[in-house]
Amino acid sequence: MIGKQILYLLVFPGLLFTCVLGLLIGWLDRKVSASFQFRVGPPIFQNFNDIFKLLGKEVILIKDTNITVFALAPIAAFSVMVFLSMSIGLVLFYGLGFGGDIIVMMYLFMFFSVAIIIGGSASGNVLSSLGAGREIKLLLADELAFILICLIPIIKSGYLLGLNEIVIAQSDGAFIGSISGFIGFLVGLLCIQAKMTLPPFHIPEAETELAEGPLMEYSGPLLALWKICQHMMWVIFPFFLIILFFGGFNLVGIGILWAILKYVLIIVLMIIIKNTNPRIQIDTALKFFWRYASPLALIGIILAVLGV
Amino acid sequence: MSKNKIPIGPFHPLLEEAEYFELTVDGETVVDIDLEIGWMHRGHEFISEQKSFTQSIYLVERICGICSTSHPLACVHAVEDIDNIDIPLRARYIRTLVGELERIHSHLLWLGLAGHFIGYDTLWMWAWKYREPVLRMCEIVSGNRNHYGIMRVGGVAKDVDTGAIPDLMKNLDMIDSKIVMVANAAKDDPVLKARLKGVGVLSYEDAIAYCATGPTSRASGVPSDIRRDDPTDAYDLVDFDVIVASNGDVYDKLVVRLLETIESTKIIRQCIEKLKTVKGPILNNVKEISPGEGIGRYEAPRGEVFHYMRSDGTNRPIRHKVRAPSYVNIPTYSASCKGISVSDALITLAAVDPCYCCTERSLKIKDIKKNKCSFNLLDLSRSKTKRIRRKFNGNK
Repeated sequence: MIGKQILYLLVFPGLLFTCVLGLLIGWLDRKVSASFQFRVGPPIFQNFNDIFKLLGKEVILIKDTNITVFALAPIAAFSVMVFLSMSIGLVLFYGLGFGGDIIVMMYLFMFFSVAIIIGGSASGNVLSSLGAGREIKLLLADELAFILICLIPIIKSGYLLGLNEIVIAQSDGAFIGSISGFIGFLVGLLCIQAKMTLPPFHIPEAETELAEGPLMEYSGPLLALWKICQHMMWVIFPFFLIILFFGGFNLVGIGILWAILKYVLIIVLMIIIKNTNPRIQIDTALKFFWRYASPLALIGIILAVLGV
Repeated sequence: MSKNKIPIGPFHPLLEEAEYFELTVDGETVVDIDLEIGWMHRGHEFISEQKSFTQSIYLVERICGICSTSHPLACVHAVEDIDNIDIPLRARYIRTLVGELERIHSHLLWLGLAGHFIGYDTLWMWAWKYREPVLRMCEIVSGNRNHYGIMRVGGVAKDVDTGAIPDLMKNLDMIDSKIVMVANAAKDDPVLKARLKGVGVLSYEDAIAYCATGPTSRASGVPSDIRRDDPTDAYDLVDFDVIVASNGDVYDKLVVRLLETIESTKIIRQCIEKLKTVKGPILNNVKEISPGEGIGRYEAPRGEVFHYMRSDGTNRPIRHKVRAPSYVNIPTYSASCKGISVSDALITLAAVDPCYCCTERSLKIKDIKKNKCSFNLLDLSRSKTKRIRRKFNGNK
């Protein structure tokens, strides 16, 4: 029994599966972005090569930093990501609910940003701490809208909090078919774009302004952990949206094709948003989420309560 | 939060070249900016004085990789100014043709870099893709994609082949349609407009006070353009407009540059039409330069480039002075960067299209009494190497 659980955590649907799929999706993202920009793009194993190269490099620690915090932040973020990938994968592939519910998931998603903030601040670099400050603001911006859209499936499923129960409640029609579900999905897509700090929300890492911001001082395996986390998010967040609005996966016969289509649809939408927008300023991002996205999500909640 | 200092440079992804800016910030707002140039060591003026006039032209071409025909043009203007040398009509058209091709590729290069700086890599790649036919045209005209090596005192070194004109026209038509497309896409993009409008404003008064030149000043409403104010080559024979905008923000600088590229394609079209009919020599053979001094000006893509040359009758200049447009445009940062956020300040730094390698000079300070160089870079560098070697090898 315990062996099976370790298998869940480390192989499928946990660490190994999510890492490999995430790195492959990272390749897909780079390839599609390249075709947007008339480039050739990298070969399929490029991301794996990058990660393995980083894992073999030396970690450079700065003398004046709080080394414990600096080194523990990526490890903590990575372990949270592994746990998230397992629990979401269990719901999607095995229909097994775990002890926690959607509220726990919301906390854990937030934890990744907190880890970036802690790690970035620990390095003591001016640009890193500026990036960490931006990450705090971005977290404040997207968190409200994200929590609001998480409420929509809860309401529509008859006030159930378990991810598994939300999937079962969508067995006679996914929530995206309704107006409130559609609004929730749209806002959710933008929220995960911000949570993954993809363009146009790559404000904390802004390469040409802050030179990777919070991750600036990281090197070697610690940087590799951050990079793996970022690639794992390409799997975790779309899967989460599929659970909330697309009714999960039905892995029998034609259902497998549908499952792939759902996933690819979300990925492609994210890549399109990523490639057609410049980086916005942090105050514009705050304004966007608080003035437009959150009220829209609120309207979605009202519609969900009304049963639309 | 207390006031923090953010170092931009000497090596930073925003700057392709070594340069140092120190932003004093309060939270995310820039309250002060400190410019520190001098991180690159050039010796072009000094080397030029060791070389003959014709060799100097090829030397100043290497001052900047982007304005690689603006410096030679200003340099030959300066030499021609000493003796009032006439230039054959066909050579004038060829000079203008190459100059305008360079303007287009420089502006498209800036557009791409600006896109990259604001995190819009798609715009970057698109702008640079459509820069490619311009470089192909340069190759047809001069044989090189960059560093054309075509300017000579009294004319140009290479004629445009009549057989190549249809090929040039074909490329020009392609550029024309693509530039209009990219320009409209960039001008009307709502996200780009929201990102750049009202950012890094350089007011009309400040543009005059800081002596800004080129698109930087024209975006602020100062209608200065050497091509029209002091026409040389074929600029008084072709028809073009000087693009002027009024707001002085980054968006206006973008618009000015984009519209200028369209004007440049018009000039190129007129030049190529003329090259079909105007025949004759391309080089007025100059045997020697008499003693005297001359100045040469040319409107480089970034603004006015100025060359001063003094001759003593030999075949080499005894003084050669270069003033690049970025030298006057870079100090405008202290007017345009204050009071805006860090992310805005960084795009403002890039918006004047700074070219640091054009700007930089090396100084040799000489003690007149002892007649000895008190600050010799070569000696400093050698003594440092010795120090380091001693440290690691243990007094060997």
